[in-house]
Amino acid sequence: MNKLRRNVLRLAGSAGALSAAAISGLIAGRHAWAANRNEAAFQAKAVADALKNLGAGNLVESRDIVITAPDIAENGAVVPVAVTSRIANTESIAILAEKNPFPLAASFDITPGADAYVSTRIKMGQTSDVRAIVKAGGKYFTAVKEVKVTIGGCG
Amino acid sequence: MSLTRREFLQLLAVASAYGLDAGADEALAAGEAERFYDLSKAAGNVTLMHFTDCHAQLLPIHFREPDVNIGIGDAYGKPPHLVGEALLRHFRVSPKSRLAHAYTHIDFERAAGTFGKVGGFAHLAALVKRVRAQRPGALLLDGGDTWQGSGTALWTRAQDMIDASNLLGVEVMTGHWEFTYGAARVQEVVNKDLAGRIEFVAQNVKTADFGDPVFKAYVMREMNGVPVAIVGQAFPYTPIANPRHFVAEWTFGIQEENLQKTVNEARARGAHAVVLLSHNGMDVDIKLASRVTGIDAILGGHTHDAVPEPLLIRNAAGNTLVTNAGSNGKFLAVLELAVRSGAVRGFRYRLLPIFANLIEPDPDMAALIRKVREPFEAKLAERLAISETLLYRRGNFNGTFDQVILDALMTLKGAEIAFSPGFRWGTTVLPGQAITLEHVMDQTAITYPYVTVNELTGATIKSVLEDICDNLFNPDPYYQQGGDMVRVGGMQFTCDPTQKIGARISGMTLKGKLVEAGKTYKVASWAPVAEGASGEPVWDVVIRYLKERKVIRPPSVNRPRLIGVQGNPGAV
Repeated sequence: MNKLRRNVLRLAGSAGALSAAAISGLIAGRHAWAANRNEAAFQAKAVADALKNLGAGNLVESRDIVITAPDIAENGAVVPVAVTSRIANTESIAILAEKNPFPLAASFDITPGADAYVSTRIKMGQTSDVRAIVKAGGKYFTAVKEVKVTIGGCG
Repeated sequence: MSLTRREFLQLLAVASAYGLDAGADEALAAGEAERFYDLSKAAGNVTLMHFTDCHAQLLPIHFREPDVNIGIGDAYGKPPHLVGEALLRHFRVSPKSRLAHAYTHIDFERAAGTFGKVGGFAHLAALVKRVRAQRPGALLLDGGDTWQGSGTALWTRAQDMIDASNLLGVEVMTGHWEFTYGAARVQEVVNKDLAGRIEFVAQNVKTADFGDPVFKAYVMREMNGVPVAIVGQAFPYTPIANPRHFVAEWTFGIQEENLQKTVNEARARGAHAVVLLSHNGMDVDIKLASRVTGIDAILGGHTHDAVPEPLLIRNAAGNTLVTNAGSNGKFLAVLELAVRSGAVRGFRYRLLPIFANLIEPDPDMAALIRKVREPFEAKLAERLAISETLLYRRGNFNGTFDQVILDALMTLKGAEIAFSPGFRWGTTVLPGQAITLEHVMDQTAITYPYVTVNELTGATIKSVLEDICDNLFNPDPYYQQGGDMVRVGGMQFTCDPTQKIGARISGMTLKGKLVEAGKTYKVASWAPVAEGASGEPVWDVVIRYLKERKVIRPPSVNRPRLIGVQGNPGAV
């Protein structure tokens, strides 16, 4: 179950990264991406460990990060999440679903001069905060949005 | 628009001076009936008629408004979370009047006897014609939930309502329960039956793959030379509150950003007034109005709130009127806008209750209704039992009709606990009336009516109740889905709406014993959202139960013990 979910999460992350690359041509290339993959961060089971492995200490809350995600997920298996960073010199954007068994869902490197916008779909088993981590100028910034996963019914 | 609070209050005062005759306790004389629907002097150059959530009620009915509609957080004590006398006081409506009967549950049996039935499409059609005669060119908007809620709508796959809407001359609509006939049926109707007549608009419905729009986001209409944009907002939580498999390839949501873009585009294309035809629910609309700019009015539905006056909601660039026009065909709202120099400068709003005995039914619509009902008339009229009590559903917690359904499920399915959805539709049966098959269909006619019986642990039951309760009482309206609390039979519990998810439900007991987290219980319920679910249709269970009972005595209504909301103006 955990292994399966991890693979799904990996796929979610990689699909997002590849499509961003394909659409915008902004990412250096598949090989560069594969080489940069932060295995330890993706395999962390706790948010704190994932952040540590990302190197993201001293997080600063930022209103210049906009997370676009549904308030209530229509389908927990494919929750669309987009992150825009208006912080100058954004170098990377990571997305965590805090209550997932493996919280880090995706991580994107942004080349200099590119629009810091990424869009992907992640799997969520339960209601959770979705956190974006933006690295810019060597510092780490963050924003959070709750996405509810409900049982449905009763409209 | 850009109105000051003072201007807004002055316009409301003027509107009430021209308002409905609110004092009449007894049936009106003929001349007074004329005056009741007289719109008097025009208050503007654009008139919009709006009805919503009629739930396929073609004939006049009784519909009891809620006695519990609790507002939490910022919504505490404000419309639409006012019931009974608190509502009458807030809107200065005379107690015991005709309007008091339309807007509240107070003394329902007596008042229903005095004032008679409400709604019905032949009466609505006559009133629409009357407004059009007084305001040539007035537009007619339908907020949705028109195709579902009756036996005939279910059995004709909504063809009865589609034909009636076309005859009524609806110009623009949006949807919610419409989608429960499946995406293919919706598109068939939109592309064939409605083509060239009714525009189906929804800015917030996209394809799940590429995010392409499924419907037009808005349409432009002109009245008295004023270009008006009508933007559509379908129910954002359709794939969550109803089975997702009906619309598997579409995605919904509130979509604020796309709405702002749509409004800006309509303005850029020359709209002097922008109106959102919304099926969000009133609390969601109030929040939306504070965050999206450039909308003059949100004509709202979904939550079935009969709110006599609009609210004025401030946002970054001005303000927006927010209305909600009740349900079950009881009301026709009329919004007049004064548009000058490209902007809305004033308004007048009326929520007209449709009293069947004050309006001569429109003969063409009456003929259509006879025709569509004819094949089903005998079946619908079957008398199943006599009710010795008032049977209703609407309210945050169990109504008496829900209790009959729960009792039927527990008795005939041998379950110790039953769940019934907190739908806000379903007509009201007066004491002494026969409960007909039509009444049962009014409470149950959905495309996924299956009864299922499951072994659930106490822990699962608690998490189900917490989940649904959060859809109702989350203080952030964007997390509210607009239904009422699931109706629970057999099991008692305590509910504190002011708590957070996980902490609202406590004290769960069954026959005096605490429900145990690890123990399993037999639970009957209906309306499963999972794909492939099956079971006996709930109406068959209820019909069997009523026939066996023959007489329905006042049921013992299993409402939860409420804490944390003493004195809340949304509960009596």
